[in-house]
Amino acid sequence: MKTLRALFNPRGGIHPAYHKEATDSTRVEVMPVPKTLYVALNQHLGAPSRPVVKKGDTVLRGQPLAESAGYVSSWVHAPTSGIIKAVESRLTAGGQLATVVEIEANGADQAIESPAPATDWRVMQTRELVDLILQAGVIGMGGAGFPTQVKLLPPPGKTIETLVINGAECEPYLTADHRLMVEESARISQGIQIVQRILGATKVRVAIEDNKPEAIAAMESALKMAEGDIQLVVVKTKYPQGAEKQLIYSCTRREVPSGGLPMDVGALVENVGTAAAISDAVFLRRPLTERVLTVTGDAVANPKNVLARVGTSFRDLIGFCGGLRGPVGKVICGGPMMGVAQSSLDVGMNKTTSGLLLLSRSQVHQYTSTPCIGCGRCVQACPSSLLPCFLSENLEAENFEEAERLNVLDCIECGACAFECPAHRPLVQHMRQGKAKVIQLRRQRETKASRKEKAT
Amino acid sequence: MSDTTSEWIVSPSPHAHSGDTVPKIMGTVIVALLPALVAGVVFFGWNAVRLTAICVVSCVASEYVVRRIMRRDPGINDLSAVVTGILLALNLPPTLPGWMAVVGSLCAIVIAKQLYGGIGYNLFNPALVGRCVLLVSFPVAMTTWAVPNFAHIPPVDATTMATPLGAWKTAWSAGQAPSAFQDTFPLRALLIGNRPGCLGETSTIALLLGGIVLLWRRCITWHIPVAFIGSVAVFAAILQQTDPARNLPVSYHVFSGGIFLGALFMATDMVTTPVTSRGMLLFGAGCGVITMIIRKWGGYPEGVSFSILIMNALTPLINRFTRPHVFGHAVKEKTA
Repeated sequence: MKTLRALFNPRGGIHPAYHKEATDSTRVEVMPVPKTLYVALNQHLGAPSRPVVKKGDTVLRGQPLAESAGYVSSWVHAPTSGIIKAVESRLTAGGQLATVVEIEANGADQAIESPAPATDWRVMQTRELVDLILQAGVIGMGGAGFPTQVKLLPPPGKTIETLVINGAECEPYLTADHRLMVEESARISQGIQIVQRILGATKVRVAIEDNKPEAIAAMESALKMAEGDIQLVVVKTKYPQGAEKQLIYSCTRREVPSGGLPMDVGALVENVGTAAAISDAVFLRRPLTERVLTVTGDAVANPKNVLARVGTSFRDLIGFCGGLRGPVGKVICGGPMMGVAQSSLDVGMNKTTSGLLLLSRSQVHQYTSTPCIGCGRCVQACPSSLLPCFLSENLEAENFEEAERLNVLDCIECGACAFECPAHRPLVQHMRQGKAKVIQLRRQRETKASRKEKAT
Repeated sequence: MSDTTSEWIVSPSPHAHSGDTVPKIMGTVIVALLPALVAGVVFFGWNAVRLTAICVVSCVASEYVVRRIMRRDPGINDLSAVVTGILLALNLPPTLPGWMAVVGSLCAIVIAKQLYGGIGYNLFNPALVGRCVLLVSFPVAMTTWAVPNFAHIPPVDATTMATPLGAWKTAWSAGQAPSAFQDTFPLRALLIGNRPGCLGETSTIALLLGGIVLLWRRCITWHIPVAFIGSVAVFAAILQQTDPARNLPVSYHVFSGGIFLGALFMATDMVTTPVTSRGMLLFGAGCGVITMIIRKWGGYPEGVSFSILIMNALTPLINRFTRPHVFGHAVKEKTA
């Protein structure tokens, strides 16, 4: 294994205040199971899981609550033992309404008997390993929540040469991945080996930002004995270094083609948390029902890294961290750049919830947008090399054709442009609306074209 | 735990901001202009204060009035009218009558800025439009140059004299070589600023100080100033190579006239210049080349203002043709 600095630096990016010092050296604390949990069934990208329990059922920890409902879907398991109080549509951490299973914990936290690992994973078939991961409900824990098993089975003709492990954690405030690397490097390392075996990837690149020397040291020693072409790539600290396509560029200098997937350049990215969850799924046959997240921000009394059960409410997380210090100005699920502002505390955390950020009034800036002054800072900040200022103007004028020509669909919504904009223009909102509209217009064009084809 | 949701803010990401705002940027530009303004006061005295005050007050007042007439938010808090006022003043001869400065301010704010839609929408640099309107309307007043205080050049009892470039144009027409001219205007005077000229353009050192502030506070990037000054230097070097007896040395072209004021403060105006890096390089180089063409072959001794205005007009086109390579596009050509 080798450690080296990334030779390639993706374009754009910003240097926000990182605020990681509140939690980057505090050990992960295990949070006791709360009384009530709210488990959403839309935690992953793709089709929401289909519930297999109903109100009044008794469940054990690890028992399936909902099954995969399609190719791009996943399983959801009971985070503790207890009684199902409700299976109904409610607000979720992503801001949408979806089916949520409410569980009243019985306090026993009794787990379902998992079949003992009968065979050595090294002799298992690829398909068997992927099934274990699917049945454990493993999804991308970096934030997008893409079902992991889908990524592990590339379509015929596509081979994954490089496995990139994402330990960049470029979002300000968050230290969950950092602590996981420091404290659980062995599990991550096992997960990496399993994924490498499944994919037959010849190269492994573990990417960590250079502001995390502790994590770099821990991962170095965990991977020391690993054989093959494994490199620990120390990438420059900047946001959004951990964005999938940018990270692939940092590690391989390959640009994922516009509209394409990492596999188009023979790469696949897994978050360090996902790697640990894969290890649990294979070695312990244990489904994904808990994760490390950072509860932080100047409005919470004791910022902590917490190992909490999926479905734990934001209210209980705040309670575990000593409550609020004063009136809260904003409650954000995730980090300050891409996290989702919450309107209620009685919402359960997801498998993808990497942080709960509580900002006081003084940290929340309210502003009014003014006309673009053409400073070009958004252009410098954009990691996709777009022209956010012109896109925004065109989208405001509903000129979607021009927005499409200006490649609005290549926007990754990282928010670097809006962070920099001195005129406080709602650039990301414009992009989101614009992307949706352009996709809609494309579909309309395609159906029109296919109809024409049929007619002739 | 207080959690009445009405107390929170629920808004889309990102939830963090750099903290830099338009008024802050304008404030920084004002601070960056202070060294040049102080130099103006040192060399031209009361006139510098008088003209700056007149321009700033008439710019801010006209912006306020016009916005009210258009039934829009007055919006003078963004300080952009103050910047325009100072920049216009720095681009005027120190002895200009006050009422002319008012006319220039009105042209800058009302015609060049507000009629286009206000901040962010103007195509041309407002201060330069103001200056150029004055230059063509009042050619005599706009080319009467006060002798600076502390001028070690012996003007005897004269109170006005030509600028270095003006003097050179006359000398050149009379067939003189640059060497004689260099004795009248030593290079040191061009750097320090005790030479005739617009009240804010004479001190290269003071302007450079302000430019460093702008760069440090990220109000400008290096591209335009470097391309502008660099292309002037290259152009001048070529001219001198071809005919040393009939052309000024590079240093005189770079440090005289309005190159530094133009390259650091006027050609870097955010609104009227390109947003892409390549576009900014092109813009700066275009300014430099046009300036030199006017200086060498044009009717005016100096061409900085005109060159920037011409390039302002080309800015939308430059932005269009210098779009950066979008991540993930044209990958084939790159790997091939």
